[in-house]
Amino acid sequence: MIQRLTKTLVGAVFIAAFAGPVLAQDSKVADELAKYREALADGNPADLFEVKGEGLWTEKRGPKNASLEQCDMGLGPGKLDGAYAQLPKYFKDTNKVMDAESRLIHCMITLQGFKASDLKNWYSTPGNDSDIEALITYIGGKSNGKPINVPATHPAEAKMAKMGEYIFYRRAGPQDFSCSICHGQDGKRIRLQELGNLTTKEGAGVAMKTWPSYRVSQGTVWTMQRRLIDCMRQARWPEPNYLADSVIALETYLQKNATGTVMETPGIKR
Amino acid sequence: MNFKFALFFGVTIAIAAPAFAEKAVEAPGGKFAKEAEQMFLSSFRADNPSYWMKRLEQDETMKMCAQFRDNPPRKLGEKFEKLNAATIRYPVDGKLIGDWKEGEKLAAVGTGGHIGFIQPDPAGRVRGGNCYACHQLAKKELAYGTIGPSLQNFGKIRGNSDDIIKYAYDKIYNSNAFTACTNMPRFGLHSWLTPEQITHIVAFLIDPASPVNKD
Repeated sequence: MIQRLTKTLVGAVFIAAFAGPVLAQDSKVADELAKYREALADGNPADLFEVKGEGLWTEKRGPKNASLEQCDMGLGPGKLDGAYAQLPKYFKDTNKVMDAESRLIHCMITLQGFKASDLKNWYSTPGNDSDIEALITYIGGKSNGKPINVPATHPAEAKMAKMGEYIFYRRAGPQDFSCSICHGQDGKRIRLQELGNLTTKEGAGVAMKTWPSYRVSQGTVWTMQRRLIDCMRQARWPEPNYLADSVIALETYLQKNATGTVMETPGIKR
Repeated sequence: MNFKFALFFGVTIAIAAPAFAEKAVEAPGGKFAKEAEQMFLSSFRADNPSYWMKRLEQDETMKMCAQFRDNPPRKLGEKFEKLNAATIRYPVDGKLIGDWKEGEKLAAVGTGGHIGFIQPDPAGRVRGGNCYACHQLAKKELAYGTIGPSLQNFGKIRGNSDDIIKYAYDKIYNSNAFTACTNMPRFGLHSWLTPEQITHIVAFLIDPASPVNKD
């Protein structure tokens, strides 16, 4: 908890430093926001999801009555330390580039015997927690303090990153939006919300290092999949399917850009 | 002789350099662009109503802007600015300046138009221009964005000539008539706002009584 508080204080100073060049009024608002974030971080409800996820990871469940302890998240069976930070990556056994969520579902199907159709409860809503989001919070937490490392050197990963780049710039919908409209420049904001330039290491890092994250406004933890699906909803597009390749492609592009920044999960956001 | 050669060499570089700079930026997706387009479109639920899926169709302007990462070569940009200018339609009574109080509401409203299965807007949800998401407008509103320029004192600075009123209307109706691939949505072209609603926002920007023009 002390560690998290320190991090938040560093974040607050960071935000204040950025607010400097704008109007005095703006920096006052930014200070208030920083205080708000600091208050939030002291006791992140995502900690509860993390504990629940750990329990679900080791518990024998599903038709095969097996735990997930032998799940290979990319570093070998059962090796979770730093695994989230190097996803998405290419997996030989499925011949696919997979992110944390698609890999977890794969393990729940192959190790525990769940059917894909049993695993429909992707999203937590207040009062209805998703096991999958708890598990992802736990898996993400195991990469806390580790640098994001998605160089996308395997040809399948390089291709996925390129396809993600295409989607990042693709404009559509009644507002002419693409991801790059809001996330292609430095130092901009929507209302009071600062926007990262996701085409740079620093900007993509700020965005990627804190997921999964507790969303105060939603009263629950959101995963990266959930976040990106909501971006498309905000752009007034239809929502892509959970675990859709286009979402994994965007994640690959963003994690590649964020490579080298250090994970701070679970995060907490407005 | 040497001088002539040097001159020729210098001119060649001056001409070649901008062309080279344009070529250096690869279109997003590179050689996988076509495959990425198919992947993107196939990642939506089959039971999406077709009028939702239609929102993913791109017009020529959207396609061109994505290809050049919103930074097209100037000549191409001019061509698309003309094409977009030709789409602008005006209210039947020809009045381009409406009620600033209505415009103030439209500038603040960020809801409306969300589709999908998880959190769609309820039917009849008010749809606004959400101008404050990107622009500073009235001084009293601190929660403004900075993706677009500040429009504080828009009318005070620019006056209220017919040209300025028409410019404001046209810009909101189809922003790409002035700057191809700008970040600003084309509110009139997409029927996101009606011509009448646009005249209210014009009034919010220009009317001397509007809070946009009050210190």
